[in-house]
Amino acid sequence: MSAEAIAAAVRTGERTARDVIDEHLAAIAARDAELHVFNHLAADQARAEADAIDAAVARGEDPGPLAGVPVALKDNLCTRGVPTTCSSRILDRWRPPYTATVVEAVGAAGGIPIGKTNLDEFAMGSSTENSAFGPTRNPRDPARVPGGSSGGSAAAVAAGFAPLALGSDTGGSIRQPAAFCGVVGVKPTYGAVSRYGLIAFASSLDQVGPFAATVADAALLLDVIAGPDPADSTSVREAWTPVLPTLGEGVSGLRVGIVKELLDDIDADVLARVHGAADALAAAGAYVGEASVPAVRHGLAAYYLIAPAEASSNLARYDGVRYGLRVDGRDVADMNARTRDAGFGAEVKRRIMVGTYALSAGYYDAYYGQAQRVRTLVIRDFDAAYQDFDVLLSPTTPSTAFAFGEKTGDPLSMYLSDVCTTPTNLAGHPAMSVPFGTGANGMPVGVQVLAPALGESTMFRAAAVIEQAASSS
Amino acid sequence: MSWEAVIGLEVHVELATMTKLFCGCRNEFGAEPNTNICPVCLGLPGSLPVLNERVVEFALRLGEALDFTVPTQSIFHRKNYFYPDMPKDYQVSQYDEPICVDGRLAVDGVEIGIERAHMEEDTGKTTHVGGGGRIHDAVHSLVDYNRAGVPLLEIVSHPDMRSAGQARGYVSELRAVLQAIGVSDVKMEEGSMRVDANVSVRQAGTSELGTKVEVKNMNSLRSLGRAIEFEIDRQTELADAETRIVQETRHWDEADGVTHAMRTKEGSQDYRYFPEPDLVPVAPDDEMRARARASATELPTARRARLVEQWGINEPDAEVLLGVSGLADYAEAAVAAGAAGADATKWIVGDVLGFLNETGAPITELPLRPDGLAELLVLLADGSLNRNLAREVLAVCLAEPKRPRAVVDERGLAQVSDEGELGALIDAVLVGNADAVADWRSGDDKAKKKKRGFLFGEVMKSAKGAGDPKVLGPLLDERLGAE
Repeated sequence: MSAEAIAAAVRTGERTARDVIDEHLAAIAARDAELHVFNHLAADQARAEADAIDAAVARGEDPGPLAGVPVALKDNLCTRGVPTTCSSRILDRWRPPYTATVVEAVGAAGGIPIGKTNLDEFAMGSSTENSAFGPTRNPRDPARVPGGSSGGSAAAVAAGFAPLALGSDTGGSIRQPAAFCGVVGVKPTYGAVSRYGLIAFASSLDQVGPFAATVADAALLLDVIAGPDPADSTSVREAWTPVLPTLGEGVSGLRVGIVKELLDDIDADVLARVHGAADALAAAGAYVGEASVPAVRHGLAAYYLIAPAEASSNLARYDGVRYGLRVDGRDVADMNARTRDAGFGAEVKRRIMVGTYALSAGYYDAYYGQAQRVRTLVIRDFDAAYQDFDVLLSPTTPSTAFAFGEKTGDPLSMYLSDVCTTPTNLAGHPAMSVPFGTGANGMPVGVQVLAPALGESTMFRAAAVIEQAASSS
Repeated sequence: MSWEAVIGLEVHVELATMTKLFCGCRNEFGAEPNTNICPVCLGLPGSLPVLNERVVEFALRLGEALDFTVPTQSIFHRKNYFYPDMPKDYQVSQYDEPICVDGRLAVDGVEIGIERAHMEEDTGKTTHVGGGGRIHDAVHSLVDYNRAGVPLLEIVSHPDMRSAGQARGYVSELRAVLQAIGVSDVKMEEGSMRVDANVSVRQAGTSELGTKVEVKNMNSLRSLGRAIEFEIDRQTELADAETRIVQETRHWDEADGVTHAMRTKEGSQDYRYFPEPDLVPVAPDDEMRARARASATELPTARRARLVEQWGINEPDAEVLLGVSGLADYAEAAVAAGAAGADATKWIVGDVLGFLNETGAPITELPLRPDGLAELLVLLADGSLNRNLAREVLAVCLAEPKRPRAVVDERGLAQVSDEGELGALIDAVLVGNADAVADWRSGDDKAKKKKRGFLFGEVMKSAKGAGDPKVLGPLLDERLGAE
């Protein structure tokens, strides 16, 4: 049952929110031991909130557009009084004293947070294999990874544990797992959704976004969480224009460009599906052409300097002084070092070291400075492409979901799975992954739709057409 | 060889805003530890800073006062280093694009260049428990984060000063300016103004800069002067002995009157500055700039000159009025209420300031308000009170909220000007002090003057201090002459 249908049924009293929650909790009980989607399940709290919603409906009140809809939250979103770990030992047993703005928005719309989902530690990774609490399995094939870093949230939707989930996307962490799990995943325009309460990985790239089984449900959740937040200085000040009302307006006359630089080194079965999606858009009346965004070839390299640099600073606060893990030492510096050594996993340490190096005196200009210049070029090249096209099209990932352990020994090959998604974060643009059939191994393929800043409405219209074509083919 | 000292100062000023730099927590001194804190100033995971616009306003005011250029846009950077009292383990500060650049301040007629002023957040405060309060032997340490996130302006001068006295003059003038524009209470003792000095020496007449030493931990103007003097002497001795001066940070030890080298880590600290991604550039619009210009108040130099000119007071008194918080405002209010400027100044820098220094109370809390002082000075000027009586009344009014006229009435304090009454007192004194009168008569001018003073005092004493000296003097001379 879609989120839209659940909310409609709960708002009219046709179904109780309690019934909806119990049904989803039963699904979780049946299969989460195998999949490990949740770090923390908020079953009692979710039931209590469901009862409150049912009481509101009984009083004749409208709980809102997400009435009674269970929403899974990536475990890097702060939830007051509920453990928030980033799948890291360093935040062991930490309970935030406040709630993220997006989670507040979900609650205000009648949505029910059902639990906190697994991720690569501090959102650093592409498979959830970097979680300190063990990986999440792909519901479509438990021998394969769900993608990452928001693997738990993607898997929650794919497994039917929740119709909606929130994730965060710094270099593809929503879109890549959405593609691997066969669900819809959206990275909104930088600043469209508040970051207040999202535990930072790389502040200039991080953005919260929705997962859903359908394009319409993703639009529903995006419209709930988007909009200005005075607590986030980088949030867009203008009021959000909802995308759901214009979702069905089609793509007639829309100019769609396939990004040629993002077609290199892509598996043939994935590539075939991207062309299939382009054909579907053309059949629906869009003009489809080839677009060129040359600087995206350097996007991955720039990303893997900027993101670690910001992370090295953002993660400095986990020092054992105020909260989370503390390992005692001879003096303060020794305590800091021991705590961080015991609390962070290998990938987090690797990125902190890379980032610290990139910002060091004497290297700043050659690494961080150079990466920022590439970032400017990426934006410039995207801007040029958007002179000729309304939206762009590419694969979300070079391959379908890979097997556990396949890439853990070689960080670079793991990083390469982000090659199609990182340029969008550098530009601050929106992009989303829409499932479009399966690859040679039967695993889902995701097609990426990209748009210029605040071009979500157009992006969603194209995604809806692709979704339509996927279900009818 | 003759050496010349070169001094530059870095002044940190805590701004007197209601709330902190990046959150809504109260900015106050002396609150119960860890009560003015929130997720933002504690740097909790997921929290984000939002710039307090008032701080930008204060910086713009300073920009006006010190003739700074305020560029179209300035940005915040992160200064990264680990320290337990710094919640995020980086300090949000400004680096190569500060809000104010290229300012100046005239100190005793010499213009001191000011490189920049920038906004930044303060850190928390650590107290080491056990081991004599030093970190190395402490049993444990307590951190109070109330101060974390309090807004600071760091004001960096050019190395334009040449003596400890000039450095003191600069800080004192800067303090008066900051007070005048109302952005800080600038108390060095409470740490709301902190001064670090960069000191070097070079051969007199050369223009190249010597190796600089940074001196920290001076918590008063006096210790600033002493520390710089000590450091100049130390460096001069080293230079005379042709010993290399080491670039380092030294700690001023107030008790021993010396500077000590602080423990230095291997190599220089790399702060890995990079633009703060959680904040947007600060671009004050025309309206904000106009507001800063409109709020421009009379600066201390101009005010001092005006008071000297209008009231006919001397420079040192004018400096005292401008140098102590609230004194000049008090004096001007008294003048507005009818006192003469010179009289008001004399009494304020004398008895009133003496009382303030003794009790430590700020002038704003004095029971005697400026119009009360004016009332007293009018009573003195019109002859209702003489100086002795006025001082007696003042002493009462400084301690309790009473009007001078009420004190006069209550105590029956009125100056005696009646010739008959005073004449009778004089006669009695002359009879009772026949020896002195005889000495007066036989003495030379000097002895006459002395004896006359003695007799005047005796009469005043018998009048219980209330005699009108303008009547008493001539009357005494008349009686003595008639003897």
